[in-house]
Amino acid sequence: MRGNAAMHDLIAPSELGAVLQLLAAEPGAWTPIAGGTELMVAFSAGHLAAPKLVSLWGIPDLRSIGVTPASISIGAAATFLDLRRNATIASEFPLLAKAASWIGSVANQGRATLGGNLVNGSPAADSSPALLAYDADIEIISVRGRRRVPYSAFHTGYKRNVLLPDELLYAIHLPRRFARHASYLRKVGTRRAMAIAKVALGATALLENGVVREIRLGAASLAPFPTRLWQTEAALLGQTVTRETMQSAHPALLAEIKPINDIRSTAEYRRQVAANLLDEFLLSLNPEESQS
Amino acid sequence: MKTPSATRIVGAPVPRKEGVDKLLGRARYVDDIEREGMWHGATVRSSIPRGLIRSIAFDRRIDWTEFAVVTAADIPGENCIQLIVADQPCLADGKVNHCEEPILLLAHPDQHKLREAVGAVRIEYEPLPPIFTIEESERRDVVVWGADNLLKSFLLEKGDVDSAWAGAAHIVEGEYRTGAQEHLYIENQGMIAEYGAENGVTVWGSLQCPYYVFKALRAVFDLPDEKVRVIQTETGGAFGGKEDYPSTLACHAALLAMKSGHPVKMVYDRMEDLAATTKRHPSRVRHRTALDPDGKLLAIEIDLATDGGAYATLSSTVLSRAVLHSTGPYLCPNVRVRATSWATNLVPYGAFRGFGAPQAIFAMERHMDEIAATLGIDPAELRRRNFLHVGDTNATEQEMREPVILDQLLDRALKESGYYAKREQFARSNVKSSIRRGMGLAAFYHGSGFTGSGEAYLNSLAGVDVTPEGNVRVLVSNTEFGQGTNTILTQVAAEALGIDYANVTMAAPDTGIVPNSGPTVASRTSMVVGRIIERACSQLLALLREYAGLGTTYTQKEFLDACERYRATRGEVVSFCRYEAPPGIVWDDQTYHGEAYGAYAWAVYVAQVAVDTVTYSAEVEDFWAVQEVGRVIHPVMAAGQVEGGIAQGIGYALYEKVFSQDGRMANNQMTNYIIPTAEDVPPIHVYFEQIPFQYGGFGAKGIGELPHDGPAPAILNAIRDATGIAFNAIPLLPEDLYAGLAAAEPEEMAAR
Amino acid sequence: MSKSVRATFHERWPTIQFRVNGEAKVINVPPMKRLLDVLREDLQLTGTKEGCGEGECGSCSVRMNGELVNSCLVPVLQAEGAEIQTVEGLALKGELHPLQRSFLEHGGAQCGICTPGMLMASAQLLEQNPHPDEIQIREALAGNLCRCTGFMRIFESVAAASAPERTGATAESTTEPSNHAG
Repeated sequence: MRGNAAMHDLIAPSELGAVLQLLAAEPGAWTPIAGGTELMVAFSAGHLAAPKLVSLWGIPDLRSIGVTPASISIGAAATFLDLRRNATIASEFPLLAKAASWIGSVANQGRATLGGNLVNGSPAADSSPALLAYDADIEIISVRGRRRVPYSAFHTGYKRNVLLPDELLYAIHLPRRFARHASYLRKVGTRRAMAIAKVALGATALLENGVVREIRLGAASLAPFPTRLWQTEAALLGQTVTRETMQSAHPALLAEIKPINDIRSTAEYRRQVAANLLDEFLLSLNPEESQS
Repeated sequence: MKTPSATRIVGAPVPRKEGVDKLLGRARYVDDIEREGMWHGATVRSSIPRGLIRSIAFDRRIDWTEFAVVTAADIPGENCIQLIVADQPCLADGKVNHCEEPILLLAHPDQHKLREAVGAVRIEYEPLPPIFTIEESERRDVVVWGADNLLKSFLLEKGDVDSAWAGAAHIVEGEYRTGAQEHLYIENQGMIAEYGAENGVTVWGSLQCPYYVFKALRAVFDLPDEKVRVIQTETGGAFGGKEDYPSTLACHAALLAMKSGHPVKMVYDRMEDLAATTKRHPSRVRHRTALDPDGKLLAIEIDLATDGGAYATLSSTVLSRAVLHSTGPYLCPNVRVRATSWATNLVPYGAFRGFGAPQAIFAMERHMDEIAATLGIDPAELRRRNFLHVGDTNATEQEMREPVILDQLLDRALKESGYYAKREQFARSNVKSSIRRGMGLAAFYHGSGFTGSGEAYLNSLAGVDVTPEGNVRVLVSNTEFGQGTNTILTQVAAEALGIDYANVTMAAPDTGIVPNSGPTVASRTSMVVGRIIERACSQLLALLREYAGLGTTYTQKEFLDACERYRATRGEVVSFCRYEAPPGIVWDDQTYHGEAYGAYAWAVYVAQVAVDTVTYSAEVEDFWAVQEVGRVIHPVMAAGQVEGGIAQGIGYALYEKVFSQDGRMANNQMTNYIIPTAEDVPPIHVYFEQIPFQYGGFGAKGIGELPHDGPAPAILNAIRDATGIAFNAIPLLPEDLYAGLAAAEPEEMAAR
Repeated sequence: MSKSVRATFHERWPTIQFRVNGEAKVINVPPMKRLLDVLREDLQLTGTKEGCGEGECGSCSVRMNGELVNSCLVPVLQAEGAEIQTVEGLALKGELHPLQRSFLEHGGAQCGICTPGMLMASAQLLEQNPHPDEIQIREALAGNLCRCTGFMRIFESVAAASAPERTGATAESTTEPSNHAG
């Protein structure tokens, strides 16, 4: 244990307005902490630079999950257990429910938050592929008001995002239009549980008469941040799913991903497995194309 | 002395002796303990793998007068950790030979100030070229230890290997490698030490061998026996990782206690424990085997090398056990094993469950499958044709006098696992599926107790006494760390004395109270120490009968009354015995011939593995473990030992990799050192055959390490069965499986 | 921090109140102090253990407001007003909890260091899902690493503690959705 609690200030305002005032008054000085499943690991390791932290845990506005006919709004401080327990998410956004069940352990799922997962910005973030595949929107709040950004534009670099120093991630919105889409989510880790993704792919697609009308591919651990596979999607849009079109999507995939060698895996392995996961998804759209 | 055939307590699943405390959270591990006026200690370690220490500077922003600072110059006795070879300093003195080598020690009452101070010590080095592999060490371009980097070597020969090649129908060669493995006991290493002019040194800590630590402290402090005391605290897992390393940590804590005048606690956090403490020796094993047309072994030639790291520690005994397990449970008339252990500039390797046998057995059992594939013989049948039987001699020309039931074990393993039916089924399903399944097996033995004359050398002393309150205490220096020492030895004593299990306890594992009954290692506790306790109990009954009127049959009350009558005339009620070697143990350390071990446990393990060709992950889906271990003293604990050892063996094969960068462990966090979780372990089916060994405690043989020997080769053999590809190195990660599959089936991979 | 440097009341630090095993506690410590350290050092409840400090091993698991948490990852300020249960609170009036009895009978504890966390996670599971099947037990305990047992006897212990009203082979409907990673 290498952290020194006496070197950090932590306050817990009871309502959102007070948090926003703080961020506006001293932009960049206060680090928001929700469930702490990332920041407290850094603290224990002696790597938590942030001297002042403001707790988001227990602020009701940030944890609620609201459903309208058009969308579901997930408060940034909703935990992964909250997501697993929500009926709408279970029935209409199964990839997100699945991702929530893969995050760490039950103990971590009860504390880790969706917003924290995104703001932490790991390229391996567990919730990201599903959010990308479901075309999520991010709602950002500050004393100056609110704004929305497509999640696919939220990350701008390795552990960098569009949040300004006085802004807080407020909610994640998912459009309720995926109930009839084919969907797929697979995470490849070092073991079945408690694993950081070496590669993960989330996908949704809508086919009409066998032709791909919509396709969204969200990938983790294949770039400095979780990202849509735009070029691969473009190669498949408007196509039928055949062995040939699956093959032709590969060059687009390999051109746009940037896997690296790190302590968990190799670029070569990630590249091959990404292609395998894509094939597995595409085959699920047209099983007749699978050969023995 | 005859072992009774019907027992009430031995063989019964009595409650774990210290179980209630553990379940209530009342068991006191070292970090749960505080001493009045206690300070904390920390270690300043080398950041380079090899070099000279040019200067040590103390940053002036810290008030160093608040700290106790210990360097090599403060050591009153020898600056050396006593193990086998006197090569490892307690604190580096002028030079370092591995990353994380301890250089100086700091103590302070405040843990936070202590942590800051560690970072405020500036050390300047003059780096020297380091070496990190067996091959570099063998080349001797750079010599980092002794005259030639060679920590130890053995040569074992039987018959005439050189004459066997010419006439052989088949010659099969192979090279096999195993990586380092971390124990990952869930309780990190820790010690508390006190030092005083009157009592000398006292340490409490997480450890396996109180008398090893005792010996180390005595030398570092140059104190007489009466001034050194070691007490084991409840220990949260060990697996050999707390056999040798605690000697170093105890000396460190005690030096700080001496310098500061306060009790000092040193408990590592996980990052330090992973980076700085011992691990399993990596190995490279080369086989060359001659066979007749039927696959019978004509000659085995082995070149076995281990990486010992920067200091010898236990490398010589690990190498010894590797040699003695390298040729498998097979009859072979001609054998040559050349074994070497090499120094490198990595953190010194040390004891880990199996102690050289997992490495050697991995190679032999993988090689048997390669032989089977080359000759077109079924892997089980190949083994059957070569199994040792009673009357055969093994590689050290030890005659198998005790029963050897390998055929029976193999039959049972094949039957319980449905081995042949599954292989047929998988041959069909693998073609149509992205999951390829296979079955693999391993046949092996594990020698119980110390090698050859080792037990005689240890000359263990153990016994029992009876307190005036009517409690029987087992007096041993053997320790509990989950594997059941407390329970099985009290079972043995209760059974031997004919009294209630509840009336027998373990005396505290305190060198001030208990004799040296040898270390808790080498799967010796139930067999060797259990036997001594059994004899000491019989001796006590004989004394009570002769001097206190105890009848041939008696109730517990009559037993205790006799004890009091005995105490009235003798002053105390105690009975000690020393180790007695079974008859006919003859061992030559020079030629490595004779009875290598007094007893062997035998096993056949079978693994069912699924390889996912989308992710290249291999998972063990099912596992069967059949073993003959002599008398099973506690059925639940024995099965627990097997299951736990198999889980570690699965980790060894498929998950646990130590990533080394420039001599440092780069993945020194639990998030990056991967062991199987509750979702990863397969169902494990355990079967015991019991042939009581007359010289073991109530017929027991060793069991603790055997289960770690079999899983890795069985799993890699199953992967060979599933994929048709020979993988010969562990850990076998998906990245490695991918590379092997891509190399073997480039067209199929490209088409994806 | 050792007893010899016991912190005195600091105005700078908040006073935090919560209940542990049914007893009200008031502490005055830095708000970022880990709940694990508060339990062990300030409240002398050493049953909860530290195995990694990273939220990976689960030996620090306690129950907070009805959820399982890794106490090494909870800043104590966030425990304000919480109901916390540690292993010391499982046994009631000197009687072993059914899980503790079951672990004792079935060999669920060997070295014992993972056991407090394992009991907490098991208790959490059985409260949410009184009759879990083996897959559900494995998932619930995936965050509690054990190096001694190989888990078999832990699964058996949990299953045995849940058995009394069990009738059929399949688990009853659960309140916790279960998604097994594939």
